[in-house]
Amino acid sequence: MKLAILGAGAVGRSVAELAGEYGHRVTALADSSGAAVDADGLDVDATLARKDETGAVGDESVEAALDTEYDALVEATPTTLDDAQPGFGHVEAALARDRHVVLANKGPVAERYDEVRALEADSEGRVLFEATVAGAIPTLSTVRSLGPERVNAVRGVLNGTANFVLSRMAAEGLDYEHVLAEAQDLGVAEADPSFDVEGTDAALKCVILANVLYDGGYTLDDAEVAGIRSIPGSALELAAEDGRTVRLIGEVADGAVRVGPRLVPEHGTLAVSGTTNIVQLETDHAGRLNISGAGAGGPETASAVLADVGLLEPLE
Amino acid sequence: MSESERVRAYTVRLELQDEPGELLRALEPIADNGGNLLSIFHERGNITPRGHIPVEVDLEATPERFEEIVDALREAGVNVVRAGAEEYAEELVVLLVGHLVDTDLSDTLSRIEDCGGASIDDVALSAPDGTDELSSARIRMDTHAGAAQQALATVREVADAKGLDVIEPLAGGGDA
Repeated sequence: MKLAILGAGAVGRSVAELAGEYGHRVTALADSSGAAVDADGLDVDATLARKDETGAVGDESVEAALDTEYDALVEATPTTLDDAQPGFGHVEAALARDRHVVLANKGPVAERYDEVRALEADSEGRVLFEATVAGAIPTLSTVRSLGPERVNAVRGVLNGTANFVLSRMAAEGLDYEHVLAEAQDLGVAEADPSFDVEGTDAALKCVILANVLYDGGYTLDDAEVAGIRSIPGSALELAAEDGRTVRLIGEVADGAVRVGPRLVPEHGTLAVSGTTNIVQLETDHAGRLNISGAGAGGPETASAVLADVGLLEPLE
Repeated sequence: MSESERVRAYTVRLELQDEPGELLRALEPIADNGGNLLSIFHERGNITPRGHIPVEVDLEATPERFEEIVDALREAGVNVVRAGAEEYAEELVVLLVGHLVDTDLSDTLSRIEDCGGASIDDVALSAPDGTDELSSARIRMDTHAGAAQQALATVREVADAKGLDVIEPLAGGGDA
């Protein structure tokens, strides 16, 4: 397959680096400052080396990347809210050309799911987005194989940054600000961590799950969201005295989407530590399934993108 | 002999911590309050989702004595899941975070109890930075069968009115 990759952050970069190993060719790689395009296939190493040296992957425009030859557009630009642009426009452009789209960007399927599905229905291309929910963990493919109508509830720890902060606070008896600074030093938390610690990121993943389980209709506005910023160390100590701990849990059940700090047993399944994510599915016939693993990270998330690519049929 | 003094057989269902001495600790209040132990069914291999061991105790006592036994068990910190015909659902634990002292913690607790679905077992308050800063409280409640959601809704309502944050237990039993 020929891949055009939009976004050269950790995920886009890793998809480009791993594409060859999965038997694919990269015909375009673009970021916000420009694009490298070659319909016969880019030299990925040279392109990334150029980005490291000059800050730009190439001199061509993002439009040129969208117009070049590819079977699947990999959309890995940063997630944006509300109109989900420019990601949504990229999806629209690829589907209009009857190309496939594989999303790592959560915006289009969290904020404009119904529109994306309508565009997909009019296109020869398909839209897949495994990487948008819990990174490397095969969440959506598991839901697909069970059948969304046989999944009654999904809950889990879906944000590694918030989980790192809570598990460190509990383990070391430290307060929020201290642990956050540590997480920023380690590169686990962004300079502006609000997207993670206010629960927005976990909520977007739950909204995407709700769209898949209930066939659309959900945006971030439909989620009840609380973050972890106001949790003092004393709350974690009180929880620990009772054999419990606090985790930021996202839940999709009975048509509702909720994200917030919840009490869970200290050694329970959902009390994963550090940046590990876990997804728990309640199913009709298979009981309760737990899948845990890396919810973020370049190569980890790229593995989900490339799993999607592997499901697609080449287009004429 | 009056009617209420007649000895009857009762079954109490307990949940014990998986620790040495717990069974003895649970049986003492029964013997000390005039209960006559008939049988003990210790379901060692059947651990509850919360890691507790269910124990069923059959005993004989008068209705008055039986009330005292159940009270004594609860006072001893033994989790009584079912006593006679009265059903208790799982205990409910929530954390409250905020200005708990300034917003009158005892009023908060009595408003939670007033909902009728829950009785508060114990409360732990932690205010390491003084009462002017954020404090936390852990509240453990016994909720009657089917009333846990009602109790939780009351907690949310009271917390909302007082500007407190609630850290709820996970709904749907996802804690196994």
